[in-house]
Amino acid sequence: MEGKSLKYETVIGLEVHAQLKTKSKIFCGSDASFGANPNEHTCTIDLGLPGVLPVLNKKVVESSIKLGLAVGAKISKICRFARKHYFYPDLPKGYQISQYESPICEGGEVSFLTKSNKEITIRLTRIHMEEDAGKLIHDDDSLKNISSLVDFNRAGVPLLEIVSEPELRSPEDAELYARKLRTLVRYLDICDGNMQEGSLRCDANISLRKSGEKSFGSKVEIKNVNSFRSLRKSLEYEEIRQAELLDENQPVIQETRLWDESLDITRNMRTKEYAHDYRYFPDPDLVPLEIDKEWISQIEQTLPELPDTKRERFINNYKLPLYDSEVLTSENALANYFEETVKHFELKDIKLASNWIMGDILRLLNEQKISIEESPITPANLAEMISLITDGTISGKIAKEVFTDMAKSGNNPQTIVQEKGLKQISDLDSLEEIVTKVLNKNTEEVQDYKAGKHKLLGFFVGQVMKETQGKANPKSLQEILKKQLSK
Amino acid sequence: MKEILSFSILELSEKLKDRSLSSEELTKTYFERIKETDERVHAYLSILQDDAINTAKIADKNFKKNYISSPLQGIPIAVKDLLCMKGTKTTAGSKILENFISPYDATVITKLKDAGSVILGKLNMDEFAMGSSCEHSAFGPTHNPWNLEHVPGGSSGGSAASVAAYSCVASLGSDTGGSIRQPAACCGVVGMKPTYGRVSRYGLIAFASSLDQIGPLTRNVEDCAIILSVISGHDSKDSTSSKKQVPNYLENIDRGIQGMKIGIPDEYFIDGMDPEIKKATNNAIKTMETLGAEIINISLPHTKYALPIYYIIAPAEASSNLSRYDGVRYGMRKESESEYGSLFGMYSSSRDTGFGKEVKRRIMLGTYALSSGYYDAYYTKALKTRTLVCEDFVNAFKKVDLILSATTPTPAFKLGEKLNDPLNMYLSDILTIPCNIAGLPGISIQNGITSSGLPIGLQLIGKPFSEEEILRGAYAFEKETKFYLKSSSL
Repeated sequence: MEGKSLKYETVIGLEVHAQLKTKSKIFCGSDASFGANPNEHTCTIDLGLPGVLPVLNKKVVESSIKLGLAVGAKISKICRFARKHYFYPDLPKGYQISQYESPICEGGEVSFLTKSNKEITIRLTRIHMEEDAGKLIHDDDSLKNISSLVDFNRAGVPLLEIVSEPELRSPEDAELYARKLRTLVRYLDICDGNMQEGSLRCDANISLRKSGEKSFGSKVEIKNVNSFRSLRKSLEYEEIRQAELLDENQPVIQETRLWDESLDITRNMRTKEYAHDYRYFPDPDLVPLEIDKEWISQIEQTLPELPDTKRERFINNYKLPLYDSEVLTSENALANYFEETVKHFELKDIKLASNWIMGDILRLLNEQKISIEESPITPANLAEMISLITDGTISGKIAKEVFTDMAKSGNNPQTIVQEKGLKQISDLDSLEEIVTKVLNKNTEEVQDYKAGKHKLLGFFVGQVMKETQGKANPKSLQEILKKQLSK
Repeated sequence: MKEILSFSILELSEKLKDRSLSSEELTKTYFERIKETDERVHAYLSILQDDAINTAKIADKNFKKNYISSPLQGIPIAVKDLLCMKGTKTTAGSKILENFISPYDATVITKLKDAGSVILGKLNMDEFAMGSSCEHSAFGPTHNPWNLEHVPGGSSGGSAASVAAYSCVASLGSDTGGSIRQPAACCGVVGMKPTYGRVSRYGLIAFASSLDQIGPLTRNVEDCAIILSVISGHDSKDSTSSKKQVPNYLENIDRGIQGMKIGIPDEYFIDGMDPEIKKATNNAIKTMETLGAEIINISLPHTKYALPIYYIIAPAEASSNLSRYDGVRYGMRKESESEYGSLFGMYSSSRDTGFGKEVKRRIMLGTYALSSGYYDAYYTKALKTRTLVCEDFVNAFKKVDLILSATTPTPAFKLGEKLNDPLNMYLSDILTIPCNIAGLPGISIQNGITSSGLPIGLQLIGKPFSEEEILRGAYAFEKETKFYLKSSSL
């Protein structure tokens, strides 16, 4: 492995399919949402009955323009749909309506940050609109292995295919690029970006070439990748497989390979000789789509603040480190949560809020498998809790307890602190009293401390905390302890 | 033949209105006529007797209440079996759809129903509208009412023959390369292909999407105008349908053609044209002149490319449009006995058994034309040449209002005569195809009878959306010549 990375350069290009969140399908009025009973979301048109005609859903075009603008692509003044032919039971018409010679967007670029905070920019070839196919079901018990079933709910659901230039140079970068695309489409609110449910799908092209060489090696297309992890894993596997072939002077065969999730390997699906001739031609049922400047500028006005801009703003306005800003802006909802939380804060507390959100909040969401919008802790409550820490009402340690309670009950932190009596004892007189009591109980340890065993300070802190159920203000406590012990 | 069978739509409409005739009686008379003639003509693939009589009764009730939705209310009409009609078999003349019952109505069917017309049945046609003789129907050919040994033309052979046989008042057909006008000429009726986009194609089983148009076949030009007014207009379900306003085509039909400029393209007098047709066409030119038209000789230099362009574009689109007949969701399914995988075996068995010879020929032609490596040489080139043919017309229409020609180079040929000679069969449409290539409206009207007793057709072509002018020209000619009053002895 070590040698490989020097000997060969990896070349990766991705084709990402983003399923759009439109209400209806791309060419008919059927419901486009996920999760209905089989074939419930179908009509004469998406089933490809004789005589039916497609009518373009304008919302699909709007979504495409949004993404095109977000990545700085050129939006075509006029574009066409084309038919892509192949036979398969999940493809009702025997062709998929897609775009070929004139896609809606050309060019554009996507930037992402590597782990070492290096920014990499990948150029896009094109973005085009197309319809999804249905789904075959083979493993239904009632079928007894003699037949398959087809569910056409997905047939005609709008997709955007986003094609990158072959500029990615490692599986890790490919994953980061794909994640960034996900961030973008979610910011734009045009796609769920859920890889498991298939609303974001990835096909990867990978080839290797000797370092320094200009021409590309023969490429392999990887399909059936349904998580970011699989994307990286499949590319890593393929990188090694191809390197080994090249090391042995064997040719890399141009082919399509399927990622086998269970075995963590890629397997041959079809080679180039069996490649389809899709016989693309302009769809005569759909007139050329004209997009005027006015429409584009209308859509441009609706664009949200995009992740990169937001990240820069977080750095400048909140004085957050790059890393924090990147994490907090990775999702629009998360960024909103953060901004909602810190609305009334001074700058010095903002970093504290960032820490709580990136740490405890994200951990909580992860554990409960929920989104930030579903967080039981509202930004207002989190803000209040942080204020309680900074004004000394509760300690950081108690705050963890309050946090856990908030996560369970959704209650206001003030209420929790009061009901549970968690208020920190900052009153010096009462603290003095408790310390005296503790020291009187532990005379032996006091002797040892005075004899130089200063480590015992922690012991006394612990004892006082035990006595106060953790409510002693740690800073005041330390001072009082030191004062009394030095007597 | 009963006298009421010979009445035009306008005449019938008057009688229904003053209730001297009921739609029920009229409809029943037509069913008797179908019974009497169709064993010999075979224009119908299915008869919708119960539904039709019910509709007729409703029409009568409405007449009684003085509620009249259109001049088509209560009028018995039949439609080509390429049009989807809810709850009825819609076969496209093909075995592959032999048992397909459409779950929805084509837009034109909805319009006919809304207009209160009575739909008698579905009419025979060449399979998927591919053919010029109706012999390529999977359910047996239709015979020409003028001479049963001759073809009625095609592909809307049933639509033309039923009108000529008086087994319906009027019918709807579809025209991709002449499929309305050529059979209209062969059967001595009026047939109009409207401008591409004038009539919604939604629910018309597609042959070649960029060429297909639905249109009426009638016994006279007025009837044609009435039906066209009903079926035309924008449809949100068909993106290629035009938003242009639909005029009442009947309103100005009798204004005459004084001062109208009629162009005669030299290229449309082709070699091998039947001398009687040539003569009839020349006579028609003289008639137009006496009616006040100015005759201008024009040239459409790229006419010779229209046929080859058509035989690239139409099969290419057809090969794609017919991909959906795969045996998976509807239509014929035949499991495979071959050594292929069972899925692809099922596809090929179903399509092999379900499609006829001509359809397979065109699927192969089209698939070839779209294949990688051949696409540019065939399809792209055909599209480029298509614009040349269109430009010819644009230039011609700078000088003239209408273009006049024969509809077909020969009268209806004999059954079987060209069945095994596809190239010769394709030539039947040589004068009608350019219109489709350019998306223009065209009509075929009666222009007399040959010495052997077969009808001759006259074609008028206009600018896009100039149906009114075409109908005006056709109406003037028809009133002057009275050829339309001649009917077969059937």
